[in-house]
Amino acid sequence: MSQIFHTSTNVLSRLSIYGGVFIVALLGAVLYGVELSPWYTDVHVSREQPVPFSHKHHAGELGIDCRYCHTSVEKSAFAGVPPTQTCMTCHSQIWTNSAMLEPVRSSYRTDKSISWTRVNALPDFVYFDHSIHVSKGIGCTTCHGQIAEMPLTYREGTLYMSWCLNCHRQPEKYVRPKSQVFNPNYVVPSNQMELGRQLVKEYKIQSLQNCSVCHR
Amino acid sequence: MDPEGSQNINEASQAPVLEPGHTLSSVTEKISSIVLGRGTTKGWMFGFAIAFALLMLLNVAVTYLLVKGVGIWGIRIPIAWGFAIVNFVWWIGIGHAGTLISAILLLLHQKWRTSINRFAEAMTIFAVACAGMFPLLHMGRPWLFFYLMPYPNAMWLWPQFRSPLVWDVFAVSTYATVSLLFWFVGMVPDLATLRDRAKNRAARIIYGVLAMGWRGSAVHWSRYETASLLLAGLATPLVVSVHTVVSFDFSVAIVPGWHSTIFPPYFVAGAIYSGFAMVITLAIPIRKFYHLEDLVTMRHLDNMAKVMLATGVIVAYGYMMETFIAFYSGNQYDRYMIMNRMTGPYAFFYWLLIACNIVIPQVLWSRRVRNSVPILFVVALIVNVGMWLERFVIVVVSLHRDYIPSAWGTYMPTRWDWATYVGTIGLFLTLFYLFIRFLPMISIVEMRSLVEETNEEGQPK
Amino acid sequence: MSSNPNTPDPNSIDLAAVRAKLAQAGQKHFWQSLEELSETKEYREFLEHEFPHDTAKNPEGIDRRDVLKLAAASAALAGLSACTKLPTEKIVPYVRPPEEIIPGRPLFYATSMQLAGAAAGLLVESNMGRPTKIEGNPEHPGSLGGTDVFTQASVLTLYDPDRSQTVIHEGRISDWSTFGVAMADVRGQQSPKGSGLRILTETVTSPSLTAQIRAIITQFPQAKWHQYEQCGRDNVRAGAKLAFGKPVNPVYKFDKADVIVSLDADFLTTGAGHVRYARDFSSRRSMESPSSNPNRLYVVECMPTSTGAMADHRKPVRASEVPEFAARLASELGIGSANGASATAQGISAEWTRAVAKDLQQHRGSSLVIAGDEQPAYVHALAHAMNAALGNVGKTVYYTDPLDADPVDGIESLGTLVNDMKAGKVDALLILGGNPVYDAPADFDFGPALLNVKLRIHSGLYYDETGELCQWHVPATHYLESWGDARAYDGTIGIIQPLIAPLYEGCHSAYEITALLGSDPGKSNHDIVRDYWAGQRPEKEKAFEDFWERSLHDGIIAGTALPAISVSARSDFAKPAAPQAPATAASSPDLEISFRPDPAIFDGRFANNGWLQELPKPNTRLTWDNAAMIGAATAQHLNVTAGDYVKLQLNGRETKAGIMIVPGHAENSITLHLGYGRRRAGKVGTGPGFNANFIRTSASPWSATGLRVEKTGKQYYFAVTQHQYIIDHQGRGSEEASDAAFHRDLIQVATLEEFRANPNFARDPNEEATRGLTLYPGFKYEGYAWGMSIDLNKCVGCNACVVACQSENNIAVVGKEQVMAGRAMHWIRVDTYFRGGLENPEMYYEPMPCMQCENAPCEVVCPVGATTHSPEGLNEMTYNRCVGTRYCSNNCPYKVRRFNFFLFSDWQTPSLYGVRNPNVTVRSRGVMEKCTYCVQRINAAKIRSEEENRPVHDGEIVTACQGACPADAIVFGNINDPNSRVAKLKAQSRNYSLVGELNTKPRTTYLARVRNPNPEIHE
Repeated sequence: MSQIFHTSTNVLSRLSIYGGVFIVALLGAVLYGVELSPWYTDVHVSREQPVPFSHKHHAGELGIDCRYCHTSVEKSAFAGVPPTQTCMTCHSQIWTNSAMLEPVRSSYRTDKSISWTRVNALPDFVYFDHSIHVSKGIGCTTCHGQIAEMPLTYREGTLYMSWCLNCHRQPEKYVRPKSQVFNPNYVVPSNQMELGRQLVKEYKIQSLQNCSVCHR
Repeated sequence: MDPEGSQNINEASQAPVLEPGHTLSSVTEKISSIVLGRGTTKGWMFGFAIAFALLMLLNVAVTYLLVKGVGIWGIRIPIAWGFAIVNFVWWIGIGHAGTLISAILLLLHQKWRTSINRFAEAMTIFAVACAGMFPLLHMGRPWLFFYLMPYPNAMWLWPQFRSPLVWDVFAVSTYATVSLLFWFVGMVPDLATLRDRAKNRAARIIYGVLAMGWRGSAVHWSRYETASLLLAGLATPLVVSVHTVVSFDFSVAIVPGWHSTIFPPYFVAGAIYSGFAMVITLAIPIRKFYHLEDLVTMRHLDNMAKVMLATGVIVAYGYMMETFIAFYSGNQYDRYMIMNRMTGPYAFFYWLLIACNIVIPQVLWSRRVRNSVPILFVVALIVNVGMWLERFVIVVVSLHRDYIPSAWGTYMPTRWDWATYVGTIGLFLTLFYLFIRFLPMISIVEMRSLVEETNEEGQPK
Repeated sequence: MSSNPNTPDPNSIDLAAVRAKLAQAGQKHFWQSLEELSETKEYREFLEHEFPHDTAKNPEGIDRRDVLKLAAASAALAGLSACTKLPTEKIVPYVRPPEEIIPGRPLFYATSMQLAGAAAGLLVESNMGRPTKIEGNPEHPGSLGGTDVFTQASVLTLYDPDRSQTVIHEGRISDWSTFGVAMADVRGQQSPKGSGLRILTETVTSPSLTAQIRAIITQFPQAKWHQYEQCGRDNVRAGAKLAFGKPVNPVYKFDKADVIVSLDADFLTTGAGHVRYARDFSSRRSMESPSSNPNRLYVVECMPTSTGAMADHRKPVRASEVPEFAARLASELGIGSANGASATAQGISAEWTRAVAKDLQQHRGSSLVIAGDEQPAYVHALAHAMNAALGNVGKTVYYTDPLDADPVDGIESLGTLVNDMKAGKVDALLILGGNPVYDAPADFDFGPALLNVKLRIHSGLYYDETGELCQWHVPATHYLESWGDARAYDGTIGIIQPLIAPLYEGCHSAYEITALLGSDPGKSNHDIVRDYWAGQRPEKEKAFEDFWERSLHDGIIAGTALPAISVSARSDFAKPAAPQAPATAASSPDLEISFRPDPAIFDGRFANNGWLQELPKPNTRLTWDNAAMIGAATAQHLNVTAGDYVKLQLNGRETKAGIMIVPGHAENSITLHLGYGRRRAGKVGTGPGFNANFIRTSASPWSATGLRVEKTGKQYYFAVTQHQYIIDHQGRGSEEASDAAFHRDLIQVATLEEFRANPNFARDPNEEATRGLTLYPGFKYEGYAWGMSIDLNKCVGCNACVVACQSENNIAVVGKEQVMAGRAMHWIRVDTYFRGGLENPEMYYEPMPCMQCENAPCEVVCPVGATTHSPEGLNEMTYNRCVGTRYCSNNCPYKVRRFNFFLFSDWQTPSLYGVRNPNVTVRSRGVMEKCTYCVQRINAAKIRSEEENRPVHDGEIVTACQGACPADAIVFGNINDPNSRVAKLKAQSRNYSLVGELNTKPRTTYLARVRNPNPEIHE
């Protein structure tokens, strides 16, 4: 009776034993990689918008205060997206017939809202409140990135729970003086850690990590 | 009446573990022929058809479950655990005999294990497979099962290690893995035998791949021995640990009827009890249909009956203690719980359980009974039912009336509960039919070594 | 079945058949009811379909949502959720922002809700222009911050997808302007006299609407205005007439009363001013110390009500025998003679009556006798006389002019109308609200009579039984969509202001419809009301602006409470030759039936409100149905048992119902709640229960004798959320559950003497013993530690907390089958226990929210950490982490956790999105949920305080249940602050926790009940 297996197959059978373990591990690693990739998280991916609004121009070059448009950021959970009226306060005077701004004007004419594409979206079971973060010395750019350099707005952080916890576990690393909260060009000082510790004390910042702070 | 049972009715306990007159080749021939020899029999086909039909029923039940949600079952508040958990514990329990026989009896050099350990192990694996389904299926959102595993994730969260359910995940999966390895490693030489004896090429290739190049060299044999011993050593503590952990699911909770320190030992005993009952339930028909009476002798049945008797008595002690403590503790909730078991809406099942698990098995004290194959078969079946009832009483009857009377309720299983339960039996049988058809259900190798010995001394050591 | 008017009405065939039949039949034909009217096959099928009684099927059944669930499930399976990308969302800002709205911040507006002739004052929460939650208006005398189930649930009705949405003409879609033309024609035809014009309304207390209608009457002198309110205050008016000769409005001051006798009056949960009355009543039950001095309540009633449960002495008596008792009590107080009332009857001994009378006399000026709205005029008159004799007038009760500008007897008024209709005198009938075809007395045969009217116009929230018989149906605006004004129980006028524009452009208010008939058609709802008041008030221009703004802000027009008027009660009025109270009645086998407004859906107007349908009714814990409620002995003697499906025959009329045995129900009597068996209410309300109106006649609208009960041999299955009693087939009750409750000290109760003897009677020694026995390191609660105290002495079991919680926390309605399967989702439930025999047990309420244990058994067993402990002592439930092992529920000793066995939340009905609280996750299938102490409110308050750099004030956070409670029984707060209200309450000696010996250290604790029985009564 002839051999059906060549002796080399012994190697295969041995490999298969070890292989099993590594393949599983590899699969896990790949999945984890995907979950962190920009394709999945949209980090640093700028979105298509009805009007190519540039924070770089408005917040950076013109230096308009964040709160001029995001009016409710200090009062409410929502920072607020400016109504067409706010755009028109200036754009009824300047760039009055630039094609780029036609959607804004038509919105104002027809009383139909401009529908923007959301850049920083949280799942519906997460309840984030802008006002408390702002009032405790967390700057806009801490989460929204160098907004003043964004021609088209993109997402800075993954907005994963780990991303939130990273700050909630060590606020001193990110907190800044209240006066600097709305400064889009704020530079983190070299002595952040000691400044941070001092501010955490001063602003009575609790590092809240229990579930119902955000989920309910 | 089985002629062979009546033959050595008086000295079954002294009966040989292998009827005399067998040679190495005859044993090999007998066992391997079942797989390689005469093609699929009508009986097998018939049985398999039924089993497969039930498996399809499971298929339907599970699909419907995933589409609609666990609401299709009879569970409710306060009885949030129903058939799913009952069946889980029941199957896990059954899954104990295999490893016990192959591991512990191996370490104890019990010769009589050889002819039954292979399909006992198979039974274990299939039972664990059935058991493993339930914790998944009973979850409200089974597709998030991985939340129970500790793995690095974007939420920076771990499972809650204080919860027995997490311990379950580890206990059951470890147990499944080790038993599977143990079973497979044990089978390698036999697979090689089949590879060499197989007539058609396909069979030879398949068995060959599974045999992983076994050549029966001295090195192979020594490796084989070491591996078996190591695995046996690994498996032994698991036999005890798994059901202990399962029992924690209940004893850690504060529900009257669950919150009891006696659970671990008496769950393990119960597990072995039901495990052996199931082995007997399977062994008797198999040895009949495949004429293996001289490989699986009365000696085996007799020993297994004795183990059942022993563990059965431990279980009985468990019940007694539960009742005693309930009154001794003076805890009104425990007292009410016991009274409610004995006289409440589900009293019938409690007393049926006592009958099945304690009263009836006492007949095993009589050698006459132990040596009568049909009666033994019936008793084994009854114990299987009894052990299922035990879990039902523990899970459902404890929950349906606990602390706050306004939240009392009654549990009524739906047709989907039954479908899922019967379905898993279908899965179990299907796998088992495939096993006896395509794998050597008795370890050829070990039987051979047994032949050596029996030929030397006629009687085993 | 669906009653969506946008599709041509599916029942038009049957109605055509009905009309045809009518045409032949002419007027002389005597109809039993609409059913009998038509033998057409279609109509039969229609009825079969519309009365799914024989099956215990419920319209909100699970199967209706399969499609969606398939989608949801498959979606969930497709992407193992963690591996799915968040969908791209859109942001749609305003074009021109409204001033007051800050996106994400709720606003509150004051308004009023009119119900059966009295208004409740409300504050309504609005999120981004959506009214989402009803609160009581603290400024409003009728509320003082409290609410009831009807007001709480009314917000769901606003978003009810079954509301009628367009004007309907002859079963086809029409529009408002076409209707305007039709009304113009009516004006034309009717002028100048208007002899054929009739207006039928419910009780109207609105000054402006009254003015409008009056104007029309003056314009058409022969036109008539009729008012009919099924559960109105006819008897109160008649009683006042009888006693004082004019229909005055009695206003009670329970906070001033030491001894109260209720003659079948459920004043704590129904009738004008019940919310305020509950507050006043319970204010006299807060037992700070043994020295405090509670009121005493005697209740004589037929069906056990919440008021009965609060009684210190309760006597179950057939409704028809209450007059008898009243007469005897009166004669004990020296009023009239008991008209030969036998010394003893109805199982109330003469001694008992005497003792009560004595107690009353000992508290002259601080006692109170109140008669139930369902009791005949005679009883009310007696009550007035007794109060007068006891010198209570001006102290615990005072009288004002009636609330309704045109106080008429509803049944009488409707009777006249029906006669005119039958006589063919009515050319045009304008029905503003109400549903007379459903709820008019059976002997009126209103439906058939209505079909004699040439032009029939109906305005209502739903295209209902009445709407379908009218050529014109105009969808009415919900009170949250319309302007108006209405009087509260004491006459205070509340302004009804809309929180949202009508959801459907078809909707118009009664004011606008009336205006079409009047001098200025097309005038807007707002202008009508505002101009009326501009005309009434002395203030002009700017001053009026301010007045108007202030009134809108406060929700009431200051100083409009009606002044007390002095009246003298006659006491010589003759007792009506009462067939209803033969002295031997108790012994006589002849059965009595009494009708009562349903505690959940009232007269049926809320039938399509899922929250109310699924609300467990007080004492019976019955949901989704009404029942023929009956005492155990009577059941035995009639040889019926719980669940029997029987025919109820009352002189020639018949309806069917399921038997329910109710502990403490008067014998030889059956109580059947109104409002059920609706034929055309909507998906939710069509079908459930049994129509009492089939056998309810104008002669005996509230109780009648001569009832016959006949078994059908069928069984009917009720959905009951709590079985206190297991009633066996001999009708014997085994009180196992309730007994266990008392063995386990779940209800701690003592009499006043016992309490004074041992103030610490509620303390549990075992509890102290187990303190600190735990393997886990405890939590130390610096900062806040939230806790709750529930006063069992105050809780009147009205269920307002249950609905409030459902509304605040987006709790799903599950439907009858699921309730029967033990899957009701309420986060707080009002447990009810009985002590004593079936005949007349004591009743105890125990609201059960999550106990928020400090050593929470649920937390340690959750494998994924979905339920965790907060530093402030909350047991948090994180839905998005929950995988649904349900281990936590098993391990919860209080069983307050609720599980989404299916996808219970309705994700497919767009209109229901509106009612959801945006600050609470809408739960999905397969997750556990439970009371969170309204953590969304806690967080909001904490954020506000942190921003203002101050601690949260005591009372700043009010949980939904606490806010809704009319009795002020629930108090929430920071127990770390010794000066907080809750901490003080927990410090009281009556404070105890449930099964505390488990060392769960519940944060929710209870204040024990103290009964105040009359020492002279031994029973």
